[in-house]
Amino acid sequence: MALVKQGRIVDDPWTKVSEGVTPPAAGAILVPYALWERQRESLLTRNGPIGIALAGDHPPALIEADLARFELIALEFPTFKDGRAYSQARLLRERYGFTGELRATGDVLRDQFLFLHRCGFDAFEVTATGGAADWEAALSEISVAYQPGTDDRTPASVLRQSQPAA
Amino acid sequence: MYQYDQFDHTLVSERVAQFRDQVNRRLSGALSEDEFKPLRLMNGLYLQLHAYMLRVAVPYGVLSARQMRKLAHIARRYDKGYGHFTTRQNIQYNWPRLAEVPDILEELAAVEMHAIQTSGNTIRNTTADPFAGVAADEIADPRIYAELIRQWSTLHPEFSFLPRKFKIAITGAPRDRAAIKVHDIGIAMRRDANGNPGFEIWVGGGQGRTPVIAKRIRDFLPEPDLLSYVEAILRVYNQFGRRDNIYKARIKILVNDLGIDAFADAVETEWRAIRDGALRLPETEIARIAAHFAPPDYESVPALSVDFAKHPLAAPEFVQWVRSNTAAHKQPGYSIVTISLKPEGGIPGDATAAQMEAVADLAEVFGYGEIRVTKEQNLVLPDVKQFELHALWEALKRHDLATANVGLLTDIIACPGLDYCNLANARSIPIAQHISRRFANLKKLHDIGSLTLNISGCINACGHHHVGNIGILGVDKKGTEFYQVTLGGDAGTDAALGDIVGPAFAEDAIVDAVETIVNTYLEIRQDGERFIDTYRRAGLAPFKETLYGAR
Amino acid sequence: MTLHAVTANRLLDGEVVYLTPARKWSALLDDCCVVADADAGTDLLAAGARAVQDWLIVDPYLFAIEIEDGRISPLSRREIIRAAGPSVRPDLGRQTVQPEPVWE
Repeated sequence: MALVKQGRIVDDPWTKVSEGVTPPAAGAILVPYALWERQRESLLTRNGPIGIALAGDHPPALIEADLARFELIALEFPTFKDGRAYSQARLLRERYGFTGELRATGDVLRDQFLFLHRCGFDAFEVTATGGAADWEAALSEISVAYQPGTDDRTPASVLRQSQPAA
Repeated sequence: MYQYDQFDHTLVSERVAQFRDQVNRRLSGALSEDEFKPLRLMNGLYLQLHAYMLRVAVPYGVLSARQMRKLAHIARRYDKGYGHFTTRQNIQYNWPRLAEVPDILEELAAVEMHAIQTSGNTIRNTTADPFAGVAADEIADPRIYAELIRQWSTLHPEFSFLPRKFKIAITGAPRDRAAIKVHDIGIAMRRDANGNPGFEIWVGGGQGRTPVIAKRIRDFLPEPDLLSYVEAILRVYNQFGRRDNIYKARIKILVNDLGIDAFADAVETEWRAIRDGALRLPETEIARIAAHFAPPDYESVPALSVDFAKHPLAAPEFVQWVRSNTAAHKQPGYSIVTISLKPEGGIPGDATAAQMEAVADLAEVFGYGEIRVTKEQNLVLPDVKQFELHALWEALKRHDLATANVGLLTDIIACPGLDYCNLANARSIPIAQHISRRFANLKKLHDIGSLTLNISGCINACGHHHVGNIGILGVDKKGTEFYQVTLGGDAGTDAALGDIVGPAFAEDAIVDAVETIVNTYLEIRQDGERFIDTYRRAGLAPFKETLYGAR
Repeated sequence: MTLHAVTANRLLDGEVVYLTPARKWSALLDDCCVVADADAGTDLLAAGARAVQDWLIVDPYLFAIEIEDGRISPLSRREIIRAAGPSVRPDLGRQTVQPEPVWE
């Protein structure tokens, strides 16, 4: 497993905590939603950054009130065909204003990098070793965006407005 | 029609390069089939019974003569000399080689065409009224909005991995020639009290295993809100559509499970949050797209009298052809011509490269270079001067494109069926051919009148049999092909799903069954009733009686 | 027990192919390796899986056949059509096409 951020493989400072396991007392921990729901109070008294992992059937509204407490949100792709996390990501960024790390985990493939980036993901857990090198290539494959996304690409319809009519 | 600018050109070229790289990685083993399959599907490439199948997009069914010539060239160079026009206004090639598909896509890109999202769990080709822009009864031209939806939905980063495929259709006339009520989203053009265009939105229609007529979700959506509203629907579907069972994954299931009111609430809640955002359509953007669809410089020609075809010296075949294959044009002196791809005993919707080239030439000689593809698997020349109809008819005859059967019994809509398709249980094309030959007599055909007959080779219903006046579904019973009949379906404004008439028929009995149905109708029809009118009045009983009563 | 053979589609061009006794892939039905028991069928599928790994073919599977007068023919209509081509285009398909060379 490699964590890719900004086109490079980086170390992962976050410890994944499974359900039923006592979280370490200090350090950055990534907890599943079920754990957060049960142990919210004790986790809030902890010293150290908190990240939360959502499954596809967790609407982002569930954590809206606590959003400011998370430095990391991980969204799971049980299979790359399950596209729910794209909507979750956009809602977290655009509706709820989440500014921390938004990480794609699970079945994350190079050919989804551009879609993921455009929906607001900025960190990717990949299995293939070529993940980082592919990043730049994947992002530059399609330079035109027809529709607005979370990223800073200007949609073609807007770019056209500043051009003389063809 | 829409002309690409630098952005459109760049996108399709980059897409070709991206796919070329994906194919290379597949052929070198860097990508497994499991990883590659969704990628090739997103470029319209299926693996079927005999070979790959490439589905090329014909956006809302509009083609230029130049594009049609390219389609003919591709049929010749990369395939076996023919193509198949589909029930969603696209074209399919049945024999491309994987290694050559990037080259095919590159050739398509050179004429502003592509195969993006014609398959896979994505938003597919948005289909529209094939008479858009020219129909005498049109409220507003749907092509403008179909083009806006096309761009918005292309490589949409959030909606490329939906629970299942997603199909949108739009009609611009009160008479629905786009079957919007059996689509995931159906859109009907409307005008408000001040004459401003807007949309009536329907949702959750579909065929397949669980056919459903759509429910209306919005009476009037103002023009600028089109894309934000559609995005809201997709966002609700993407999050909450079922992903546990592919047969329960379409939006119609979600609408049914939630109920239309709860579903509409969810959509409206999402929409309120985004309607004034980046998706709101500025007037300038709508005008920019609309300018591409401005009417051609029509010549001022006198309208011929309604009975012009009934000249004492006109060939009866020409009179028949005018009656069935032409339709009223909004411009005086012009007609809309449908080219039948259903010759006697032919394969519905197939066209040879030579026929495609002939149609391209005729579109330029007899029109303004534009062609349409219909969901009935025919082609349309939208702007033909009435006084040139006879010359056009003569030319079409030379290419076996003048069968006077549009909208009639032998204008059969059939999926490729077990002869081509991996999903099929039974063959559909031979049944279409048998029926076509049995009812070849034009006089009789015209007497029977308006009647739609749809054949599907499996329960996925790509032949749209649920909405045929007569629907035929091929099934497999212990290794033998049988054909189940439904009656009373309708794809138009009064959309309806057909009723199963009784036990299925064997291959050697189905054509007789169709004849029995037709004869029953002829016997009991009243006062100019079409088949569907008689069925609505008399119900299933008389047909059950004549088909099974004697047993 | 019913006789079986293994078929697949060639990755490069989608051509229908059959697994031969020499574990190669031929476009001709007559070249196929016929097996009569479950173990032999499993062997063939393993060869199919290896060919998938070698990015030669896709979707290999067993299908039932019968042999009559020395001629191999599939039992199912679907496989008859796969072997012979579309029934409505006898001018295309495999009856008229020059047999492809045996594919490694």
